[in-house]
Amino acid sequence: MPDLGDYAIEVLSAYAVSILLIGVLIWLSWRRYAKVRASLEKVEKNG
Amino acid sequence: MIALLLRDLRLAIRAGGGFGLGLAFFLIVVVLVPFGVGPETELLSRIAPGILWVASLLAALLSLDRIFALDYEDGSLALLATSPLPLEGAAMVKALAHWITTGLPLTLAAPALGFLLSLAPEAYAYLLVSLMIGTPALSMIGTFGAALTVGLRRGGLLLSLLVLPLYVPTLIFGAEAVRRGAEGLDPTGALMLMAGITAGSFALLPFATAAVLRINLR
Amino acid sequence: MSMWEYANPKLFMGWTRPVLPWMFASAGVCLVVGLVWGFFFTPDDFRQGSTVKIIYLHVPSALMAINAWIMMLVASLIWVVRRHHVSALAARAAAPVGVVFTLIALFTGGIWGQPMWGTYWAWDPRLTSFLILFLFYLGYIALWEAIEDPDTAADLTSVLCMVGSVFAILSRYAVLFWNQGLHQGASLSLDKEENISDVFWFPLLVCIAGFVLLFVALVLMRTRTEIRARRIRALEARARRA
Repeated sequence: MPDLGDYAIEVLSAYAVSILLIGVLIWLSWRRYAKVRASLEKVEKNG
Repeated sequence: MIALLLRDLRLAIRAGGGFGLGLAFFLIVVVLVPFGVGPETELLSRIAPGILWVASLLAALLSLDRIFALDYEDGSLALLATSPLPLEGAAMVKALAHWITTGLPLTLAAPALGFLLSLAPEAYAYLLVSLMIGTPALSMIGTFGAALTVGLRRGGLLLSLLVLPLYVPTLIFGAEAVRRGAEGLDPTGALMLMAGITAGSFALLPFATAAVLRINLR
Repeated sequence: MSMWEYANPKLFMGWTRPVLPWMFASAGVCLVVGLVWGFFFTPDDFRQGSTVKIIYLHVPSALMAINAWIMMLVASLIWVVRRHHVSALAARAAAPVGVVFTLIALFTGGIWGQPMWGTYWAWDPRLTSFLILFLFYLGYIALWEAIEDPDTAADLTSVLCMVGSVFAILSRYAVLFWNQGLHQGASLSLDKEENISDVFWFPLLVCIAGFVLLFVALVLMRTRTEIRARRIRALEARARRA
């Protein structure tokens, strides 16, 4: 862990929030991707 | 074209609402601001240009969804699209009618409301001029926004979300011109740029509006 | 075979399937390498202290926030001119990614601004332009969501994207006129006069590459989702008719 000096909170929170936002974006994209793929498979099987 | 303009004007005045409502809204916003920020004359006179501009922008926004909604519902918009008058021209006339019923009264009422906010005496002329030049752009941009949302049942809120970002440049130049006028600086730069926006909007946006209307009428 | 054939939905689904994991993997590698390098192995700036480390998030996300809009504009133009459905769907898929990048850029900028400028937010031209860009993204997404018919939605959002681009550029210059800002000039311009030093520059490059790859990967994945959703719609409509 590098010494962040006086600005530790700022730097760490910037990294935390950014990584969190990207993570949420990837997670939501992936969830919808999986859901739509599954329902398409279901529709194609029935049709 | 003139017939369409007259028809729209008559409808706006007679159908009650559109015409007086915008003005009343403008008045109320301007009256509410001192309650919010406090009654100090000095502060009010400093923020007066911005408030007058923002309030007129909101008042113009208020009546936008009427531009096409009624015509769309009763089918006269489809008639307009098939009439010999190009849809681009119709879009421009609609914007003009909107300006005459909201932008123009707002412009004329603004100096009176300037007194309420103790606007600097040097700024009145610039307020009038900047609103006169700027509000047509608001109407034209708004007409484009109204055309985008015409097919939607609950388009009102979406319309504001779409149109307000488009209003940013006009608002900046308009309020800046009045502010510079109030401080005795030279406002011609801001006025010229705003005139450029207005001219540009009227040159280009009718085409975008007509294209959007055609899509919505498909 | 022309490049346009890659935009055929079926072909698109075909070639993106093997590409997608590699895209995500390389984006992840670049991001991890760049951010770890930047976070652990770069010195502090003598004036900014450790806050200089925020640059590895701020600059790439800001860059991609703008590039995402440009990509949407290009995709909208392609849709309007050539009527490629994949193109319209790609524009739709890119918008939420752009929103998140804009948010990251705004947020990291604010956090960096507090110790450096003494304020989280200033009505500086660059900051203000980004806020306006954010509003444009919101309006664009809201319009997509609001319209039922997919082709109408694609047409209307394309027009909005084009008109919005013109006004976004206008706003950019309007805010410049309105307020001279605090924000420093470009740190990555090709003439090296006021650029940052190499110690910060190389990890930053890796981070930018990571963000670009991440953007491409996410857009491809989301476009695949949209294509499948469209196919479900079509199949269901056919089933109802039968």
